[in-house]
Amino acid sequence: MTSPGASARLTRAVSATPMPDTPQRPSVTSIEPAAEVRRAVAGAFRVPRTAWLVSLLSLALGLLLSVSIGSSDLGFGQVVSGLVDGLPGITIDSGLTSTQESILWQWRLPRAVLGALVGASLAMSGAVFQGVFRNPLADPYLLGVAAGAGLGATLAIVTGARHGWGPFQAVPAAAFLGGLLAVGIAAILGFGSSRSAASLLLSGVAVASFFTACQTYVMQRNSEILNEVYAWILGRLGTFGWSDVGLVAPYVVVCGLIAVGLARHLDVMQLGDDEATALGINVTVVRAVLVIVASLLAAAAVSVSGLIAFVGIIVPHVIRLVVGASYRVVVPLSAVAGAAFLVLADIGARNLVTGAELPIGVVTAFFGAPFFAVLLWSRKGSWT
Amino acid sequence: MDVIAPAPTAIARRDSSVRSLVLHDVSVQYRHATVLDGVSLTIAAGEWLAVIGPNGAGKSTLLKAIAGIVDHRGTIDIRFDDQPATGSRRGTLPRTSRLVAYVPQNPMLPPGMTTAEYVLMGRTSHLRWFQFESGRDRDMVGRTLADLDLSDMAARPVAELSGGESQRVALARAIVQQASVLVLDEPTSALDLAHQIAVLELVDELRERYGLIVVSSMHDLTIASRHAAQVLLLDHGRPAVQGRPPDVLTADILSDHYGVEVSVLPDPNGGVIVVPVGNRSKPTTGIVGDPSVHPVIHLDHSDPSEGDKPS
Repeated sequence: MTSPGASARLTRAVSATPMPDTPQRPSVTSIEPAAEVRRAVAGAFRVPRTAWLVSLLSLALGLLLSVSIGSSDLGFGQVVSGLVDGLPGITIDSGLTSTQESILWQWRLPRAVLGALVGASLAMSGAVFQGVFRNPLADPYLLGVAAGAGLGATLAIVTGARHGWGPFQAVPAAAFLGGLLAVGIAAILGFGSSRSAASLLLSGVAVASFFTACQTYVMQRNSEILNEVYAWILGRLGTFGWSDVGLVAPYVVVCGLIAVGLARHLDVMQLGDDEATALGINVTVVRAVLVIVASLLAAAAVSVSGLIAFVGIIVPHVIRLVVGASYRVVVPLSAVAGAAFLVLADIGARNLVTGAELPIGVVTAFFGAPFFAVLLWSRKGSWT
Repeated sequence: MDVIAPAPTAIARRDSSVRSLVLHDVSVQYRHATVLDGVSLTIAAGEWLAVIGPNGAGKSTLLKAIAGIVDHRGTIDIRFDDQPATGSRRGTLPRTSRLVAYVPQNPMLPPGMTTAEYVLMGRTSHLRWFQFESGRDRDMVGRTLADLDLSDMAARPVAELSGGESQRVALARAIVQQASVLVLDEPTSALDLAHQIAVLELVDELRERYGLIVVSSMHDLTIASRHAAQVLLLDHGRPAVQGRPPDVLTADILSDHYGVEVSVLPDPNGGVIVVPVGNRSKPTTGIVGDPSVHPVIHLDHSDPSEGDKPS
């Protein structure tokens, strides 16, 4: 049987060359692949439908629970109708009082959405760093984002510049810029000294140590701010209104789409620089783009939420263990699963202890670590 | 059992108008060390070039230069009807990765990746940024897997394949890449005797079927003489001798460059049989893979920083 697909593709490939058209080889027969081969090829690098379904459902459920549960209980049904009521063009009676309406729209919902965005960006950032460095221990804070953001936030808190300018609060802005500055220095050092991933990694370690030292020094000299800085380091999602969401959302959407679009490159780069180059990937450029994207994701998340540990490193591994190792599976599913995980963790942070809020970073690690340990144990052997 | 002789059918056809691979004065430098110096040669479509030489002679570097992995001086052209189609200048169309497929000595086999996925990556050079494989690309992979008798492996993780299986899977990826030049770095170094022969016969068959140019480095000189149309002997990064196997694989030349006495016997199956008779005498003919049983290639006088890596 002839293969029209292959020959059409070939014609295109040839016409792309600067050469005059030359006669092609005659059509030749080819073996029709067996059903199991077709299945394996069709499923290659694809996210299974059940995985999409489960992760999206848990995110939706998490968001609904998050806006329903809290110190003043809004009924689950009321919340749903209140949300539907808020959709443009739809008016139904939700039975919520105006106070409850404002709790829903100005407190609960922005916080839940912010949690989802931060979770998605941390998990995607971690997945991309793990792929770029081919290192399972890589996390979003690898290249000094955390240290840089920490120094930026500490300086902002010390100088008391709490009001910022325009829509930008001083602490998030300083954290964002500090994080990017640290990564920028690490990238210049790393790419400048050699094109290898290892030199970038080592530059990141050096820069992070330096920034952390600076931060520690500033904190030491200004001990009155220790509590505030400490709270920032542990991470929090305290937010009112939609300004933080507006700050993070553009980075998450744009960088997230780029990360998903370049997941194919990440898979090829798992073959190592030589083979990836021979297959047609410009390894240096792709690596630089991915490092920028992952760093922006991490810096955006850190600027509004502080240092939430654990999400960025563990969520991609959970996806790997449960669904599959391809980055075309890991990157998009990490985004959804990371969002769901952080939204659920935030419910715990707000409600586990009465009268006080737990730092969300404590909740993510306290519940996430045992969960991951059990998963790792039950899947032993599949880990390579 | 993965020793096979596939039926002569085809899936991924390539441009049959490729005439030759022409290298002119190709040199490679790592930092300040010249690891390859002044290689010039012409290989016609359908020919197999074996690159031989002691460890550290620059074999892998030459292959990487042809595959576009390392920067080089001089020109490496793939000629269509005697016109250069790709120059050594960057950005000249078509890209090297569409014309040259490269299979390293030890292909990386990422954990969790299936054979179907691994072979599908051969389409990478045909895709743009943010573009994903089409149904045609996937169809081509399915047919190639069936054609190379790899159907049983399609859904298996590549990390679990044996040495012979992974070499054939890497060849399938090269076929799907639709390149005209197949560059193989020590394709049989990790294989036992039966699998060596199976893999080389598969390469030979693909070469004939598609008119591929094959460039491979070889440790086993007897096997090299059987498959190659041309042999290039590198020594200290320089082309020492090149020509037809019987002209290059002589006792005098080999003894000179490998630093060990050898005798060369005519092989009734074609080619020659190279036997070391020097200060170490272990049986070698037909046994490759384990360098320790292969004194011909290991009693070299090359610099100790083997591996063609930058020092």
